[in-house]
Amino acid sequence: MTPTAWGWLVLAFPLAGTIVISLGWRALGNRIGGWLGSAMILGSFVCAIGAALSLQDRAPDARHATSTLFDYAHSAGINVGLSVLVDPLSVFMALVVSGVSFLIHVYSVAYIDSDRGYARYFAYLNYFVFSMLLLVMAGNLIILIVGWAGVGAASYLLISFWYRRTTATYAGIKAFVINVIGDVALVVAAFLLWKHTNSLSFDGIFKGAHHAFHTNQGTLVAACLLLTVGAFAKSAQFPLHTWLPDAMEGPTPVSALIHAATMVTAGVYLIARFHPLYELAPTSADITAGFACFTLFYAATCALAITDLKRIIAYSTISQIGYMMLGVSTGGYDGGLFHLMTHAFFKALLFMGAGSVIGAMAGIQDIDRMGGFRRSMKFTFVTFTIGALALASFPPMSGWFSKDEILGFDVHRGGYYLALAIVAFAAALITAFYSFRMVFRVFFGDPVPEAQSLERGELAHGEHVNPMTGEPEDTDVGFPGAEHHIAEREWPMKVAMGGLAACAIAGGIVGIPGVTHWLRNFLDPVFVDSKFIHTQPTDTASWIGLVVGGGIALAGIAIAYVTYLRRPGSAGQVAARVPALHRLFSARWYFDEIFDAVFVRPTQTFGRFGRYVVESAFVQGTLVGGATGVVRAGSALARSVQSGYIRAYALLMLVGLGGLALYFLLQAT
Amino acid sequence: MIFQDIVFFIAAIGALAGALGVVLLRNPFYSVLALVAHLFFLAVLFLLLRAQFLAAAQLIVYAGAVMVLYVFVVAYIGGAEEPLGSTVPGVRALGVVFAVCVLAELCIAVIGTGLQALDTRGAHLPGSSFGGPGQIGTLLLKQFLIPFEAASYLLLIAAVGALVLARRRRGMEEVIEEDGRTPSGYARPDVERLNRYAGLDAPRG
Amino acid sequence: MTVTWYVVLSSFLFAIGGAGVLTRRNPLVVLLCLELMLNAGNLALLAFSRMWGNGDGQIFALVVMVVAACEVVVGLGIIVGIFRRRIPEDVDALSELRG
Repeated sequence: MTPTAWGWLVLAFPLAGTIVISLGWRALGNRIGGWLGSAMILGSFVCAIGAALSLQDRAPDARHATSTLFDYAHSAGINVGLSVLVDPLSVFMALVVSGVSFLIHVYSVAYIDSDRGYARYFAYLNYFVFSMLLLVMAGNLIILIVGWAGVGAASYLLISFWYRRTTATYAGIKAFVINVIGDVALVVAAFLLWKHTNSLSFDGIFKGAHHAFHTNQGTLVAACLLLTVGAFAKSAQFPLHTWLPDAMEGPTPVSALIHAATMVTAGVYLIARFHPLYELAPTSADITAGFACFTLFYAATCALAITDLKRIIAYSTISQIGYMMLGVSTGGYDGGLFHLMTHAFFKALLFMGAGSVIGAMAGIQDIDRMGGFRRSMKFTFVTFTIGALALASFPPMSGWFSKDEILGFDVHRGGYYLALAIVAFAAALITAFYSFRMVFRVFFGDPVPEAQSLERGELAHGEHVNPMTGEPEDTDVGFPGAEHHIAEREWPMKVAMGGLAACAIAGGIVGIPGVTHWLRNFLDPVFVDSKFIHTQPTDTASWIGLVVGGGIALAGIAIAYVTYLRRPGSAGQVAARVPALHRLFSARWYFDEIFDAVFVRPTQTFGRFGRYVVESAFVQGTLVGGATGVVRAGSALARSVQSGYIRAYALLMLVGLGGLALYFLLQAT
Repeated sequence: MIFQDIVFFIAAIGALAGALGVVLLRNPFYSVLALVAHLFFLAVLFLLLRAQFLAAAQLIVYAGAVMVLYVFVVAYIGGAEEPLGSTVPGVRALGVVFAVCVLAELCIAVIGTGLQALDTRGAHLPGSSFGGPGQIGTLLLKQFLIPFEAASYLLLIAAVGALVLARRRRGMEEVIEEDGRTPSGYARPDVERLNRYAGLDAPRG
Repeated sequence: MTVTWYVVLSSFLFAIGGAGVLTRRNPLVVLLCLELMLNAGNLALLAFSRMWGNGDGQIFALVVMVVAACEVVVGLGIIVGIFRRRIPEDVDALSELRG
């Protein structure tokens, strides 16, 4: 089959899944959602493999296939079709997305098992995967934006999945609003590009860009910066990052899938796809890289002080995506995309492990209350530690190869990029530290009561409370199910976590410098027009970078070991010595408060003003009320003539008669 | 000619007096009587205008039947002295003013018109059947047949209407409170006064 | 007398009747004044009939009389009904038909 036929099949499977589950779950039974959804994603994954293989059958410069189903929009000078583009980049993304999604679906089958929204969950999840695949396989900017909006909607639906929780709905709204900022930027960028290149398909834009723009032309820089804004909103980079930690209100598999492995990587994909434009406007690429670097450092510092387990992992996601953004905006496309893949593996694994631990803790997410699960949750402990090692880029995990490939490339480019790389190395130290902060705090130490009861064989049952606010909730529909699930007891969770752990360990094999260049060779046809294709660091330089990175990772893990295991309590002492810094980090550098004061409150005030002054007082009161008041007064005036007094009526008649007679008299003269 | 003029003036003055009496007399009973007098003088004026049939009809129908109806009603209702003044101030004065205005306009219209026939005593009438029952009958049955039938129809409707208004309807009996006052707070009709008028208050026997 | 006199007399009677309608408070007397106005009209009609030498005006006046009779019947029926309901016979008080 042709690559594009595989491509359409990749899209068709999750679409069919969501339609069947959402429309037919009553008829087919409640449990159909989980297995059917997983099967559909597996089908999608298989078709993505088929697409990759059929692409590899072609010559390297012919690995670029587009196919249009029908006219999507054809008016006002725009001629856009529903088209897919099957080239190595999109197939790579499709493989990552569908592969990780499949494992997370399997995990969810057990995790969401006792929830009454089971079918709804899988319908939403399949819809998400469909939108994400549409996004990565789109052949033109319009379909990409359609997919972009679809994943935003799916994210909102899934964050507020337990919709009776107000914190969840607020988080969903926050995510959606910030995403819309990115959507608007993306649409404006699309308009700018269309205006100058008169095309919306990727081929047309990239071909036309070289004619329409010269290097660093203002419009192109603006368009690229707008693309960056869109990417940052979706990928939760500074300053549009505040929604991602709050998005942890959703179920843990949702956090794993959407907010770690796939949706937040859409921004990285966008920049990688538009690399010709970014290379034509290096200013925008440099600005993007600078922001990404700040983000990765900032998020790492926040992860040092936060105590909610899922939010630590969320900030870790923000930081790691910063690495990916750094990679694709500085020209290290292979490194950035490699890190995207490995990050998907180990971050999803970390979230799954966190979900298991939280299940053992009966819903509590605070690591201050966790400890000593090493003996009672062996499987979770092992897989979580594997994920943490990959995150810390401990050799020979996959994260080691991918992160240091990015940093090695930036070191090689030198100058401004060397400075960015040094900051990134410093953040890597912090990353190693906090990832093992999690491990040591949760799994080592004295077992907490929940761990002790688990050692005895009883899963702890606490009162169902909102993890953020602590208020008790009931377990009616929409709320988490009455049961908590842990990996040790549910085989689907074990299968998924085991699969991801294996990938996290072995994933580096596709990019060992000097030994295997499978990923680079696969992605080369896409980036063949890049300026940086030939400025790769030598193998020796790569290995030096890898050694440095490994050393930093070891150092970070060692510091964490000393802080948390050798001298317990020293973390608290350090925090007590620099209270302001600790407060700054645990309050996420106060950005939430700043945005609230600068954007949210004025908008709310304006909204209140609009409602009470403009709408109620002015439009309703003055304009509408005034108009009706005038009419009412007029009709009251007219009504007052009908006083009911016969004499008044008779008088009016007589006056009328007199008036008529007068008129005729005057006429006759 | 002179005789006719004198009769005209007498009749005119009488009619005017009767009309003023209707308007100015306080007691409605007296007003009814004034109207009867007015109608009588009006009949005389009709005769002067060679409308014999109508004069007779006026006397028999109007003064004889319609006015009797009025008298009955006044006797039933009672001739209470009408309160002076008006609840809506100014209507009285305005009414008089506008009536005077209308009068002025009509007089100007009539006197100032250039219609020359108005200055005569009327057209030359060939025979003396003008205004007599024969001519009226001929006109009614020939030229004005449809208005004639319509008028009779109208009388039928009026008779039915009178029946409808006069019947006692269930649930709409008069409500009399214990202390003799009606729900609207007014006293019952002055039955003693009515009897005095009708001469029925004298002790019998 | 010439026809003019009759018509002027009819105008006077009409004006007197109109003033009476507007001035009196007893509905019965209002109806009486209404009769005055109708008869004034009759007088004018007959004067003009005499002027033209035509019987049409007299037929008109006859029909007016019929109409007046009908109107009296219904009007007095209403007045008697008002009286029976113990509502004061006062035109200024009979003002419920208002907007």
